[in-house]
Amino acid sequence: MLDCTTEKIYERSAGVINPAKTCQPIGAMYAALGIHKCLPHSHGSQGCCSYHRSHLTRHFREPVMASTSSFTEGASVFGGGANLKAAIKNVFTIYEPDIMAIHTTCLSETIGDDIPTIIKGAEIPPGKVVIHANTPSYQGSHVTGFSNMTRAMVAYLSVESQPNKLERVNIIPGFVNPGDMREIKRLVDLMGIPFIMFPDTSGVMDAPMTGQYTMYPPGGTPISALRESGDSCLTLALGAYASGDAAYQLERKCRVPAVVLKTPVGIRATDDFILTLRSAMVREVPYALEEERGQLVDIMTDLHHQFHGKKVAIFGDPDMVIALTEMVISLGMQPIHVLTGTPAGTIGGPQGMFEKEIRSMMDQAGIEGRVKAGGDLFELHQWIKRDPVDLIMGTSYGKYISRAEDIPLVRVGFPILDRGVHSYLPFAGYKGAMRLIEMIANALLDRADRDARDEDFELVM
Amino acid sequence: MIDMSLSHVGASLVEERKSSIQIKGQPNPALKCESSSIAGCVSQRACVYCGARVVLNPITDAVHLVHGPIGCASYTWDIRGSLSSGEELYRLSFSTDLKERDIIFGGEKKLAKAIDDLVEKYRPPLVLVYSTCIVGIIGDDLEAVCRAAAGRHGIEVLPVQSSGFAGSKSDGYKAACDVLLRLIQPRQERQPAAGAMLNYLGDFNLAGEAWIISDYLRRMGIKLNVVFTGDSSCQALKKAAGASLNIIQCAGSMGYLGRAMQERDGIPYMNVSFLGLEDTAASLRRIAQFFNDAGITKNCEDLIAEETKRVEAEIWGYRQDLAGKKAAIYVGGGFKAISLIKQFREIGIDVVMIGTQTGRREEYDTINRLVDDGTVVLDDANPTELEKFMLQQGADLLVGGVKERPLAYKLGLAFIDHNHDRKHPLSGFAGAVNFAREVHDTVCSPVWQYL
Repeated sequence: MLDCTTEKIYERSAGVINPAKTCQPIGAMYAALGIHKCLPHSHGSQGCCSYHRSHLTRHFREPVMASTSSFTEGASVFGGGANLKAAIKNVFTIYEPDIMAIHTTCLSETIGDDIPTIIKGAEIPPGKVVIHANTPSYQGSHVTGFSNMTRAMVAYLSVESQPNKLERVNIIPGFVNPGDMREIKRLVDLMGIPFIMFPDTSGVMDAPMTGQYTMYPPGGTPISALRESGDSCLTLALGAYASGDAAYQLERKCRVPAVVLKTPVGIRATDDFILTLRSAMVREVPYALEEERGQLVDIMTDLHHQFHGKKVAIFGDPDMVIALTEMVISLGMQPIHVLTGTPAGTIGGPQGMFEKEIRSMMDQAGIEGRVKAGGDLFELHQWIKRDPVDLIMGTSYGKYISRAEDIPLVRVGFPILDRGVHSYLPFAGYKGAMRLIEMIANALLDRADRDARDEDFELVM
Repeated sequence: MIDMSLSHVGASLVEERKSSIQIKGQPNPALKCESSSIAGCVSQRACVYCGARVVLNPITDAVHLVHGPIGCASYTWDIRGSLSSGEELYRLSFSTDLKERDIIFGGEKKLAKAIDDLVEKYRPPLVLVYSTCIVGIIGDDLEAVCRAAAGRHGIEVLPVQSSGFAGSKSDGYKAACDVLLRLIQPRQERQPAAGAMLNYLGDFNLAGEAWIISDYLRRMGIKLNVVFTGDSSCQALKKAAGASLNIIQCAGSMGYLGRAMQERDGIPYMNVSFLGLEDTAASLRRIAQFFNDAGITKNCEDLIAEETKRVEAEIWGYRQDLAGKKAAIYVGGGFKAISLIKQFREIGIDVVMIGTQTGRREEYDTINRLVDDGTVVLDDANPTELEKFMLQQGADLLVGGVKERPLAYKLGLAFIDHNHDRKHPLSGFAGAVNFAREVHDTVCSPVWQYL
């Protein structure tokens, strides 16, 4: 019944059906939650803030705190300056954050509020910090918003305090779950390398249950660490779309060399991450990591016959989709439909990189398929109707296609609204790859069990 | 004595908020409500678009086209589990996805094209075009675009004036009702009396509630004309003026429509509540009384007796485990809050804190009459206040929506979703059992022992 997609491809001249993206401010809000004792602030109508908080809460199943300028008709006509000044005063009085991270909305962008000037004219208590990012909803996507807020952290806070760089690396993890951020930190720790991760939502968006509610859980990158990021000797931006811009800003501002890598999901991207750390920081890869990698390869070989030649459709955010595409190719699968809702040439990401990068991976693996940036799920569904796949990988929104076409869905990315636990565990690193392989294999094998005739139904698979 | 400061979080209640919080039994000035939130508050409230969208969204065969940047469409894509017995078109997400270019040059052309595309593809009887913040600012003439499109395609294309900043969620309800009024064909002068046929306003069939009530009415011998808007269709809504009575469950969103239809079409309205045994039985009796028919009255009494008998024992069982527990309530509208107080009483639970996002003055007066001394009553609360008063009042359970759930859990409190994310119908006699069971299952879960 829910299958409202036609196989016939209609030319569409305007509009989106079933989006594979959302707007910038929610990404900015999520990034800001990765600063310790930060209250994100939405400069716009109340609804925006409410929607972002609800959406993040559904994905992480955690309280999400953010304040709003509560625009009214008056503010929309005369400008939101008075609202924002009042908001800054109230936020520090009532909620006592160390830092307030303001992002704009389509409304405040269009009426043209000049945020830096308003901040300058506001009463900010001594020792407290206010930063801002412009996040017009009519450009890019939620990934762009994440990138813009991360860049704002650098623009406002990073300082080069001494001529010599310290032996320390900055890690910008990108729009991933706290479980991934924890795993990436564990990998860098195992390499014995001092680091600053920002933003870091671990300990904030996966805070433990203690019976007490704290508005600012212990996690998040401290403001002091953000300041010190200017003295590190290297920045690794994981995922060009979400993290590249901030890394380049830091390079320009504080002369910290920037290296942009893929999100470390899958064996190759994780290898790249570890090897870059090894050569840049002159470290040995410890046995513990070699052992993990060896286990991963062992699992890949044990199960490879389950994957070979299986066709996959992948959709979601560009950084994650690029890494997932590489990963499924490494398993012998064929990603024949690959789509992101984030438009190409997004501010914060190199022009058109998504399609080019996926296309080159497909070409190398001899796979013929479709790739699109700025697409929607209606289009993906039409592709799948024309050329069916064995598996879909993407967010919860894939469940409609999964049901209509009776194709298993492996849930990965943002948002996951219909399953729990996912945000606590990693997709990143060798451990994350093991988890993904288990999820993919189980999805395929559960399907094989369900569809098997009695005579084909097997105990050992 | 209740401590009005927020000293445990190192902050004090901001002066402006004090008038929005009251304690029953203490001398209080009138509670401040129906006002806009303070800038900088972590409000649990939403916007005009949100209000309009939740009211209209359950119209199953409409294309709900959001005119604006992508976010407003993404966040409302199938989040409200309104159930349909037929069409599923309303569960798709349509947006004009406005870009920078459109903001500068205007979005009217893009909107017209998007409508044409969607009409060609889906052939819907109705397209609803929602205005968002930015459309209110750039000044696209939705009325004109929609009129032209309606003319081109010979279907209903109606603009929803729901720019987010232009008021509160309640104003969105009103904008939605205005659209519905345009859709409903006015009653003809000589239209014959409809007999025992009514419209059911303010039920969105979130988990099949409207179907439960529809069944009760059928058994009483009353025809349900159309539900506003749960599981409704364009055609059925158009014919709403044929009914002889409007009953209203959610007065916050639909009271305006009921009053307007009384004025325009001469259809009387009646506020009802199907939350809890007591309110359900009373409401059914009042409906029967309205039609003043011996058959209906008898059917009504038979139904109440039968249904009460069916559920009493189970509810009584839950009551044994729940007696003496304390509940906190934080919901959207005042009417639901009022019913919840009574419903909790039926399962032996006292309400110790109660608040709403958009409750009206007269609803707060009723709340104040119903609750015990010492109960905290608050309007447009922020999470810090909710936390403070839930703990201070020793609540065991919170009833709320999406954003309140993890807050309760973090404090080790049980939680019931009485909003979008509910999974079981909570209306009527069957709903009363579901409610009691849900409360029981969460309050008595072993997970709270591991704190």
